[in-house]
Amino acid sequence: MNKTAKLQSVFLRTIVIFSAFLTVGALVCIVAYILFKGVPNLSLDLFAFEYNSENVSLFPALINTVTMTICTLLIAVPLGIFSAVYLTEYAKRGNKLVTVIGITAETLSGIPSIVYGLFGYLLFVTQLKWGYSLLAGTFTLSIMILPTIMRTTEEALKSVPDSYREGSFGLGAGKLRTIFRIVLPSAIPGILAGVILSIGRIVGETAALIFTAGSVAQIPNDLMGSGRTLAIHLYALWNEGLAAEQSYATAVVLLVIVILINAASSAIAKRIAK
Amino acid sequence: MNNFKEKLMHGVFAAAACVSVLAVLLICLFLFGSGIPAIGKIGISEFLLGTKWKPGNDIYGIFPMILGSLCVTFGAIIIGVPVGILTAIFMADFCPERLRKILKPAVDLLAGIPSVVYGFFGLMVIVPLVRTIFGGSGTSMLSACIVLGIMILPTIINVSASALDAVPKSYYEGSLALGASHERSVFCAVVPAAKSGILAGVILGIGRAVGETMAVIMVAGNQPVVPNSIIKGVRTMTANIVLEMGYAADLHREALIATAVILFIFILIINLTFSVIKRRSEKE
Repeated sequence: MNKTAKLQSVFLRTIVIFSAFLTVGALVCIVAYILFKGVPNLSLDLFAFEYNSENVSLFPALINTVTMTICTLLIAVPLGIFSAVYLTEYAKRGNKLVTVIGITAETLSGIPSIVYGLFGYLLFVTQLKWGYSLLAGTFTLSIMILPTIMRTTEEALKSVPDSYREGSFGLGAGKLRTIFRIVLPSAIPGILAGVILSIGRIVGETAALIFTAGSVAQIPNDLMGSGRTLAIHLYALWNEGLAAEQSYATAVVLLVIVILINAASSAIAKRIAK
Repeated sequence: MNNFKEKLMHGVFAAAACVSVLAVLLICLFLFGSGIPAIGKIGISEFLLGTKWKPGNDIYGIFPMILGSLCVTFGAIIIGVPVGILTAIFMADFCPERLRKILKPAVDLLAGIPSVVYGFFGLMVIVPLVRTIFGGSGTSMLSACIVLGIMILPTIINVSASALDAVPKSYYEGSLALGASHERSVFCAVVPAAKSGILAGVILGIGRAVGETMAVIMVAGNQPVVPNSIIKGVRTMTANIVLEMGYAADLHREALIATAVILFIFILIINLTFSVIKRRSEKE
């Protein structure tokens, strides 16, 4: 090998390793910085049941986040799974409707969250007169995560071998029974991976919620009340610009939740790989 | 009875599948329905090319915001694309299996971090850094580019890495057999073969950068003027909507919705390009 070729190889190897190092470095910087600055600011006051300007409690936001996540999943998961079942088990290949559904799902997954937010504001908050409410936020987020759940479920259903279905039909089971007893149960890990991915998106979402769920820092009495999630809480703290220490602590809580969600999803991914 | 149940559920499944079509139709209906009349009222050239945004005087020109979005996206690409693609190459062809098992979850975590947390990090770390090095207030186009550059990394890495993995091993082996080194084989045989897939990843990253809102608002300064320096503040279309929607009324409100219409059209064009390129790369 001549000298230039050798030099070239060394150069290419260096920039590739350097880039990977940069990527990991960025992640480590972000996580380390937020943990380092935030953990000392965690205090019991932050988890007080009521929010006021003294304690800047994130507890109501935490509860709202959980409520919002559960309600959104209750709408979007059945809808997404049913859509995927239709696309993989019922629709004929090359059907026009399937193509249209595929294109719209792809479009939905590319729409920025602020556009969802405006749409939710126009439809749910103003047109249907729900006002700023958890319900409006829930519906907006459901549309937003629908394509994720559809796609992951579709992939999971496609990877169920046809012999399972044939075996079930052979034993005399109908189509419906085959789907609910045989196909869906064996696709559960894949579906779960999609659901967890969606939980991550719901927890981290801000732009789609500001003008739908609003930013009241209390736990509303029912779904028609306005309430901020944890991500909006962090944004609102920045907006008010008063509570730097509590912002760090809120960022830590948010980050830890996201890390846990990611750990759960990679554990499931490992199980699927097996 | 059983037959009825089968038929009923078939209908239910089909109806569920149509929800996404309905959602897209509703989104178009509501956005275009409120936005396009506003563009008509303001005048399309005044709206798109007007350089002044003064809601107080009923002057609505979003040219500074369009330019802002484009500049910030361009900067994010300059930072994010080389690092992203090279990292993908490292993951696909240079990295031992054990290291890959650590790197993959790391990239996924980078994708999972919420945009407010990115914004918060940018505000606390990158903005002061830019302020110290380049002067000015620090909340600037440059800060936004850096934050967005990091944010689009996971998108580019994941799509590019799977494109690289899909290249047949024989390309690499053929190149090795002809006497090329490992590095040369990867860069001159494998990477060109994965070209369209990598391009698709870059376009998806562009889509994310154009649509990103919260992280940009927190670090970009948000002045609605034509940007003339990378260390000055800049306002994107997304930021324009969030900053003023809370108190806007009448034509001002409609002008903000019209801003979202323009943003939506940008995204549709980007998505269309993405699906065309993805189809092409799948055919190859």
